[in-house]
Amino acid sequence: MTLNPQLPNAEDLLLILEQKLAPFIQPKTAIVGIHSGGAWIAERLFPSLQQSHPDYSLVLGMLDSSFYRDDYNQRGLHAETRPSQIPFDVEEQHIILLDDVFYTGRTIRAAMNELFDYGRPASISLAVLVDRGGRELPICPQVAALELEIPPQQKLQLSRDENNQLQFTLEAHA
Amino acid sequence: MHNPQLTKDGKLKHLLTTEGLPRAILNQILDTAESFVGVAEREVKKVPLLRGKTVCNIFFENSTRTRTTFEIAAKRLSADVITLNVGTSSQSKGETILDTVDNLTAMHADMFVVRHAESGAAHFIAQHVAPHIHVINAGDGRHAHPTQGLLDVFTIRRYKPEMHNLRVALVGDVLHSRVARSEIHALTTLGIPEVRVIAPKTLLPQHVEKLGVQVYHDMNEGLKDVDVIMMLRLQNERMNGALLPSAQEYFKCYGLTQEKLALAKPDAIVMHPGPMNRGVEIDSAVADGKQSVILPQVTYGIAVRMAVMSILAGNSE
Repeated sequence: MTLNPQLPNAEDLLLILEQKLAPFIQPKTAIVGIHSGGAWIAERLFPSLQQSHPDYSLVLGMLDSSFYRDDYNQRGLHAETRPSQIPFDVEEQHIILLDDVFYTGRTIRAAMNELFDYGRPASISLAVLVDRGGRELPICPQVAALELEIPPQQKLQLSRDENNQLQFTLEAHA
Repeated sequence: MHNPQLTKDGKLKHLLTTEGLPRAILNQILDTAESFVGVAEREVKKVPLLRGKTVCNIFFENSTRTRTTFEIAAKRLSADVITLNVGTSSQSKGETILDTVDNLTAMHADMFVVRHAESGAAHFIAQHVAPHIHVINAGDGRHAHPTQGLLDVFTIRRYKPEMHNLRVALVGDVLHSRVARSEIHALTTLGIPEVRVIAPKTLLPQHVEKLGVQVYHDMNEGLKDVDVIMMLRLQNERMNGALLPSAQEYFKCYGLTQEKLALAKPDAIVMHPGPMNRGVEIDSAVADGKQSVILPQVTYGIAVRMAVMSILAGNSE
């Protein structure tokens, strides 16, 4: 693990993301974070989104798309799967998917497949802290707090400390 | 010594017994099962993990619940499932176990779920199958029934998440119970501080205390302050000789009634792997009472079996 002073400040990006999300919030919107980074972001953003939209009915959910991943046959089941929590009716719901880093698009494909097993949403949008480039599928985020090219051999990793503060680190790709 | 259930890099390849399984693997199965519980509550109860895979349930010994829950589990993972009750087909025509297995392998099976009356049958099959095939033991003789043991532990964890200070009692026919063995190994590996067995001497294996359990012969003592009561089925079909005076006598001493249940902690849960002999090891009022979690055990059994299958099928050499 290397700490790089050039790395984006995740806390700053969180504020930018919240501002950029504003036009996407509709009266009936679900904020769904993808485990684990996206879930942390969703947990942080949700209370303030609720505060800034007191008349809207916003709901929060979490997804772990391990059961839908396309690399299962190569890599097996992810060692740490967490239960998805979708405590609302997906049918006709506007959904904003949140993730930390957008890369190949494969996690998002898996997450969308899982969502459709809960019902038929009215719409799905995707918002991320960083779009690092390198997409391999025709999927792209509607909102990215930052676009930043990262070489394929490196992994941009979000972590959360004991005070719920988020930070990015660069790691060698497994 | 290499554990025959694991790949060279320590991942679970077959599930034959809970004995000797590392705590991390037990926890991975339980945590994954937690995610599958939610899948069963959705509109679409399926996930695509085993799409294109073929799971063969080979039952050399009868079973309804275990066979059905394995079938549902495999189907909810999107596998194609074939169930063979071999006792009633080829075996009666003289085919050996390995012939049966070889034939199913030739049909491109990917996973075998095996139940057999002989201890060691699943292990024997696992040693002889092609390298890409995974084997799950669904009960072999008196030896092991790991998915039942794991679903029982999963049920305990769901109702009593503070597992590090639990007192668990297994009551009844431990001698013939592969479920009891699988539970005891799982519970002790997971660090449950106190596991008791309560049974007459004739229904306990020799040196059972070496498994890390405390032995009681009197239910009134053994049930005191326990958090979990696991009733075992009186295995009538496995009884040879006069181990017991009579079913009535057994119920009097070791049947779980409301009065005996009152000796446990007030929030204790009552479990039974099924099928129950009502009025022999458990009173109907207890089996259907509010402390009973016998039906949730069945529901969780599907999630645990989905977890085991999806972990195995993803782990190759």
